Amino acid sequence: MTTADVLIVALGAVAVAAGAAVVTTRHVVRAGLWLVVSLGAVAGLYLTLAAELVAWVQVLIYVGAVVVLLLFAVMLTRAPIGASEDLDRVRWPGAVIGAGAGLGLAALLAYAYGWSTVELTEQSGAEAVGSAIFTAWVLPFEVLSVLLLAALVGAIVVSRPDIGRRP
Amino acid sequence: MIHPVLPYVIAALLFGLGVYGVLVRRNAVLVLMAVELMLNAVNIVLVTADATVRAAVPQTGAVFALFVIVLAAAEVGVGLAIVLQLYRLRQSVQVDEVSLADDAVVSADAGSRGADEVEGQLVR
Amino acid sequence: MTGAVEAGVLGGALPLIPFVAALVGFLLPRASRRAAGLLGTAGAAAALAIAVVLAIRVDGLVEASQVWARLGALPVTATVRLDPAAAYVAVAVGVVALAVQLYSIAYLRGDDRYGPYAAQVSLFTAAMLLVVVAGDLIMLLVGWEVMGICSYLLIGHDRSLPEAPAAAVKAFLVTRVGDVGFLLAIAILGVRAGSFRFADVLAPGVLDATTVTVVCLLLLAGVAGKSAQFPLHTWLPDAMAGPTPISALIHAATMVAAGIYVVARLYPLFLASATAMAVLAVVAAVTMLLGALAATAQDDIKRVLAWSTVSQIAYMAGALSIGASAAALFHLLTHAAFKALLFLAAGSVIHAVGTNLMSRMGGLRRSMPVTFWSMTIGLGALIGVPPLAGFWSKEEILHAASGAAGWPAALVYNAGLATVFITAAYATRLWLRTFFGTARSSAAEHGHEPGPVMGVPVLVLAGLSAVVGFAGLSSAFARALGGEDPFTVGADALVPLAWAALGIVAVWLIWRRSPAEDPQWVLGPLRPLFANAFYLDNVQDALVVRPTVALARAVRRGDESGVDGLVEGTGRATVGLGAAVAALHRASLPRAASAVLGGAVILGALAAVAVAGGWL
Repeated sequence: MTTADVLIVALGAVAVAAGAAVVTTRHVVRAGLWLVVSLGAVAGLYLTLAAELVAWVQVLIYVGAVVVLLLFAVMLTRAPIGASEDLDRVRWPGAVIGAGAGLGLAALLAYAYGWSTVELTEQSGAEAVGSAIFTAWVLPFEVLSVLLLAALVGAIVVSRPDIGRRP
Repeated sequence: MIHPVLPYVIAALLFGLGVYGVLVRRNAVLVLMAVELMLNAVNIVLVTADATVRAAVPQTGAVFALFVIVLAAAEVGVGLAIVLQLYRLRQSVQVDEVSLADDAVVSADAGSRGADEVEGQLVR
Repeated sequence: MTGAVEAGVLGGALPLIPFVAALVGFLLPRASRRAAGLLGTAGAAAALAIAVVLAIRVDGLVEASQVWARLGALPVTATVRLDPAAAYVAVAVGVVALAVQLYSIAYLRGDDRYGPYAAQVSLFTAAMLLVVVAGDLIMLLVGWEVMGICSYLLIGHDRSLPEAPAAAVKAFLVTRVGDVGFLLAIAILGVRAGSFRFADVLAPGVLDATTVTVVCLLLLAGVAGKSAQFPLHTWLPDAMAGPTPISALIHAATMVAAGIYVVARLYPLFLASATAMAVLAVVAAVTMLLGALAATAQDDIKRVLAWSTVSQIAYMAGALSIGASAAALFHLLTHAAFKALLFLAAGSVIHAVGTNLMSRMGGLRRSMPVTFWSMTIGLGALIGVPPLAGFWSKEEILHAASGAAGWPAALVYNAGLATVFITAAYATRLWLRTFFGTARSSAAEHGHEPGPVMGVPVLVLAGLSAVVGFAGLSSAFARALGGEDPFTVGADALVPLAWAALGIVAVWLIWRRSPAEDPQWVLGPLRPLFANAFYLDNVQDALVVRPTVALARAVRRGDESGVDGLVEGTGRATVGLGAAVAALHRASLPRAASAVLGGAVILGALAAVAVAGGWL
């Protein structure tokens, strides 16, 4: 176990624990806040894995925008502020399937990789990733911009019923 | 030098938690939060794969992780717009109360009036 | 002696000309009454002329034959088979048809469906003449069935009468029941003899004894239906719902006599089967008495005459059953004359008084003298008063019955004597109630004679009823009908005459006691029994009609819920299945998500196991 490994384990534990809190807590607002913790830990994980650009984009967009949007929605839909009992449906089907999926994948990956090691290089540094985007992946990049525009327009249309109505 | 199995297992566990959350939570916003967990798990796998897989194009994993983050943002935007519209129509966002039968026709005017009230109160 | 070709042409023209008149008549527009009347009368007159020519020129059996179809191995021929008897019957049919066509012109003056009526009468005439000249069983069957259809159409002619359609259907169905036997008999004859021609079927030695008996019994079923003999007699009284000229033509003079005629044509077959003859004798005796008794208690003048027809046809059947086919044919000819006369004269009375019921008539002797005398002649012929026509033919039958050996002959003779008495009784009753006494309704007080178009046919038929009997004295005539001696009368004629006189006097005395009352009161408690013809109609209803209707209902239910249900059920099941699958699709969101993710996990596990196990 190298230092990087220890960091990975620590940050991963935080991420997993916060994720568990997100899906089990009885306070809706606290779920959003636990999500912030989990996403932040994952950003740290990216840093440890030498993917700085991804880490900072994660913090900027996920933590900064997505979670804020989620919290807005929580408030606009008048979610109960304190603890509420009826946030969950019947638990055992979800538990079975979730455990099956998670543990199954974990077992598969553990079986595939075992205790092998791999070297971390600077290959996922900001410069490398940036040049990759603008050379090999420029077309998907542009398409993603169009998709963002479409999502923007779509969200506006969906939320304003007077747009698009035929007389 | 790392053991790649560690981030992989972490990703797997996070994914499992996300699946559990999607299937168990009744509030639509909480379901979306669980979906974010699943997307993050996938991102971890992609970023780790950068190191473990010798790809033809070197930074594919990170690039795709960025794309996933963009897509997640777009998805959350549209999804939340839908959730808010649903709230206007039904006054609740419990996913197991969404009826897919044909008789679920509600006037949208009544719904928009309700939302204006809500916004008015929030402003006040 | 006519040759085969001439016989073929004339015999073929005999039914063909009225048929053409009928076809043209059907195509005429409704409003051309004159054209329809002219066409009908011309058709009947032409047929009568040809029949008279044939009667003069044919003096032996002559046949002309032509194969025109094949039913498998069996040839169907168009055969004309003429002998003097057929010619005389054709003349009778022609005379009555012409009289009826003329009479109908005036009788149906106010009817706007006269055109189709006249064409149907022409069609009927053609069919009856076809039966008369046919020498091939299939041709006979065609004429037989067309007569049935015309009878149905003509009984139901007056659509405003509520009982007419039911009576027409009843006539059709009851005769159909008999026709099933008739058809079977023809089929068996054709198959066994290898051909449908009379000459081939009647040739000796072609059929064995059991086949002959079976065929004869089946033929008797058809005869009983068409000639209204027990137990298929129930349709004839109800058929009086048709116009009176139709009653005269179809239900008195011609169609009901067709059964008798067919038996006479196929007589060698019947002579070979003693069983069939015995059955015929029993049926004849029962029907004779049944018809006569029922006639004594009817109030409707046409119903009296209808039951009288049933009884008189039974006389002919009785004569046939004891081997006296010549006497039967003679009575057929005289009965055609006097029964048509009676019906047409009754039609004049009904036309004048406006009702069929004798209880509303009375005293018409003074206001309708010509009709009165015509009817008197007709009733006299019916009773058998000498020297009118009916006397000679009835005497001949009773003479043959008393002379023949065996219990059927004795049965026919005794039943015949009893019937003479009852016939005299009801005929006298009809005569007294209609023409004597005081008028019992205002319409009867203002009775008037009909115009010449109705009067002349009645007078002609009255003359014939008076005179035709004398033809029996000619030995040529007797030989022509198939008998050996001329129809003379001997001392044994006094017995029936005595019975007849007894009947007349008895009723007259009863009537004299209280002229205003119906003499039938003397029947006492038997009156309702006779009036309803021994409730045989109700028996038929319970035994046949109700079970058939119930069966029809069951079949319909089975078809609607079974067969249709199967088809519709398939549709409904499919729709239901679709709705069930659609409901599955409309599972709530979390449930759908569970299904998807659960399925993915299971598939992944299966894949992992397969890879680890080395199967993939």
